[in-house]
Amino acid sequence: MNVSHPKPEADVAPPTSLYANRVRVYPKAVDGPVRRVKWLVLVLCLGVYYAVPWLRWNRGPDAPHQAVLLDLWNERFYFFNVELWPQDIWFLTGILVLSAVSLFLVTSLFGRLWCGYSCPQTVWTDLFMLVERKIEGDRNERIRRDRGPLTFDKAWRKIAKHAAWLFIAFWTGGAWVMYYTDAPTFVHDFWTGHASTSGYVFTLLLTATTYLLAGWAREQVCTYMCPWPRFQSAMLDENTFVVTYEAWRGEPRGHGKRLAAAATAAAPLGDCVDCNACVHVCPTGIDIRDGLQLECIGCGLCIDACNHVMAKTGSTPWLITWDTVARQTAKKSGVNPSLGLLRPRTLIYLAVLAIGSIAILTGLMLRSTIGLTVAHDRAPLYALLEDGGVRDGYTLGFVNKTPRAADFELSVVGLPGAKLILSEISPKPETTATVPMPADQLRTLRVLVQAQPDHLVAGRESFDFVLRNRETGAKTTYHALFMGPVSHDR
Amino acid sequence: MPTKIEKDVISGRDTTGHEWDGIRELNTPLPKWWVYVYLATIVWALGMFVLYPAIPLGTRATTGLLGFSSRAQAMAGFQEMNALHATQMQEIGRMSFADIEKNHDLMEVALTAGRITFANNCQPCHGPNGEGRIGYPALDTDVWRWGGSLDAIQQTITHGIRSADPDARNSQMPNFGGDKLLTPAQIEDVADYVMTLYGKAKTGVDTSAGEKLFGDNCAPCHGAKAEGNRDVGAPPLASRVHLYGDSRAAVVAQITHPRMGVMPNWNHRLSPATIKAVALYVHSLGGGE
Repeated sequence: MNVSHPKPEADVAPPTSLYANRVRVYPKAVDGPVRRVKWLVLVLCLGVYYAVPWLRWNRGPDAPHQAVLLDLWNERFYFFNVELWPQDIWFLTGILVLSAVSLFLVTSLFGRLWCGYSCPQTVWTDLFMLVERKIEGDRNERIRRDRGPLTFDKAWRKIAKHAAWLFIAFWTGGAWVMYYTDAPTFVHDFWTGHASTSGYVFTLLLTATTYLLAGWAREQVCTYMCPWPRFQSAMLDENTFVVTYEAWRGEPRGHGKRLAAAATAAAPLGDCVDCNACVHVCPTGIDIRDGLQLECIGCGLCIDACNHVMAKTGSTPWLITWDTVARQTAKKSGVNPSLGLLRPRTLIYLAVLAIGSIAILTGLMLRSTIGLTVAHDRAPLYALLEDGGVRDGYTLGFVNKTPRAADFELSVVGLPGAKLILSEISPKPETTATVPMPADQLRTLRVLVQAQPDHLVAGRESFDFVLRNRETGAKTTYHALFMGPVSHDR
Repeated sequence: MPTKIEKDVISGRDTTGHEWDGIRELNTPLPKWWVYVYLATIVWALGMFVLYPAIPLGTRATTGLLGFSSRAQAMAGFQEMNALHATQMQEIGRMSFADIEKNHDLMEVALTAGRITFANNCQPCHGPNGEGRIGYPALDTDVWRWGGSLDAIQQTITHGIRSADPDARNSQMPNFGGDKLLTPAQIEDVADYVMTLYGKAKTGVDTSAGEKLFGDNCAPCHGAKAEGNRDVGAPPLASRVHLYGDSRAAVVAQITHPRMGVMPNWNHRLSPATIKAVALYVHSLGGGE
């Protein structure tokens, strides 16, 4: 037996690395209509973010004067003249759902506009890159300096850049905390050392995350951390406007003796001169000419870059443009089809958005200023009285959402001869109880209902608690059960 | 190990070299920083192991360098809370019921202390919310044997009923059947009459004999109108609420061999302030007078 075994090493491929080094991206500055829109959105978003906590809004003497305030400690959210209670949290849920549907709609129509223009990661990264460019210079200068030895020039620029980044990050983190507490007071307390621990901790935390994510992680967040790119493709189809390279007129790409080559006409070159300008300006460092890809945030800076080159070479601009896959396929064969903006997908998103918005607005308009919740005692279900009467215990939650104190009137409908006992307010049984309600408060009281029901079929009878605000007339009812002994006949 | 690294035709990237049913996976290496973050979490976990109790050793666990113990933390919390409430409980012990009721903060402490003490000591007989059961009085109704004012409740809790305490509330119902004070037939007559007092009697039964016997034997304690007498703890019989049941058999049994409940005196177990708190809590259950 002389079987020759192949040498094992010969079969084993050279080991591939399990882990990839990060490829540093040095985005180049670019100017153009897309870039200008992006700057505009950036100024708008950051302006709103930093300024909103400082807007004042007069709500009377006992309420905070901040236009937008998420007052977690007092369980109130204020948005201009809307005041949300914990019970109204469904508005926020609804707004989040609507935001998601809007995102689906915009993505299915125009691709990743959110990612490229208004995502906080994009906006702050853009701002940080601007600072970097101002201090360290543009792409080539940065690459050269990073490869070079550590000199004084390099050192002070790096230190200045990180200091500027940290300052912006600190400003950002502090502004976030101001949404949860009174802004002027917080700033004063912060610098005098009197702010709450959570105030300092969250400022520090958000400073650190802003600095790390916008300064260091940048495109890594979009590529590896963010879930949105992973499933946004479910919102895209062949009729979605996405950043597109017009390969049908760009290829074959090439540069150099273009005119000579074109003259031969044997192998005519496309409009793309393969200058890589689109790659150099890309904040995620990709080549749009490879087609639609996960890393593309759809910002369109490559469009501006390419248009400059097209102008120089005298070719038609918009070689990289926004277009749909369907139109690009058609254009390849010389047809110029119309847009397909209205399609079942977008119409369904629109319908959901419209219905949701109407529901939320209606809910907001019809929101009651008076609230009543009732919980029947679990044990005992009822107490039997000496004269044969039955007494049930309830825990009632009274809500006064108005900014004025008022007397609330509690009565019982549908239970003949019923008397109310509110031992904390009026221990004497009465048909209509008066509950003094402070402004903008919730109050919980135990209420005993005493009655002599003629019969209690199956041991219970239903009735209504009726609550009325004597000042405003606002009224609410709560359907409740009165329990007693089964077939209690008198 | 993969035998051959190939380039994917479409993406131009390396494959892992593995093949499953003709499908080759692209080699997409993890970024290095991701691995470092992963390693950092391991270091963090090891730090937690060293600093905090971590490894169980039967009945104990490694203590950790910080000496942290959730039990010690809880005990410290209890002590802090007790110290905080000690002064308030002192005030509750010192002040009159009327003054406590005027003080919202003290009332809150008293009702909370009362509720907890009630759950630990009174609930087994009187029920979680004082609803009682056969033989154990309900505390949430308007039927009281010895009185439902705060002072009366405090007295009952402190000294008990028929307990060993010399100041206990004490009374005895004659053993009408056992001591042959009434014949079985007479007892049945009385029972028939008593049932008319709370509307459970059968119609067409002659109760005149029972009414006379009631006047002679029961009225001295229970009252001519069966309204009860709190001085001797005689319950009202003209009431829908009956401690030992309102059926005819239950009434007959109670007259024949009366059952008389015992409640312990709590002054040997609870401090006067705590008893006051329990009285306030019981009073608040719905039957307080």
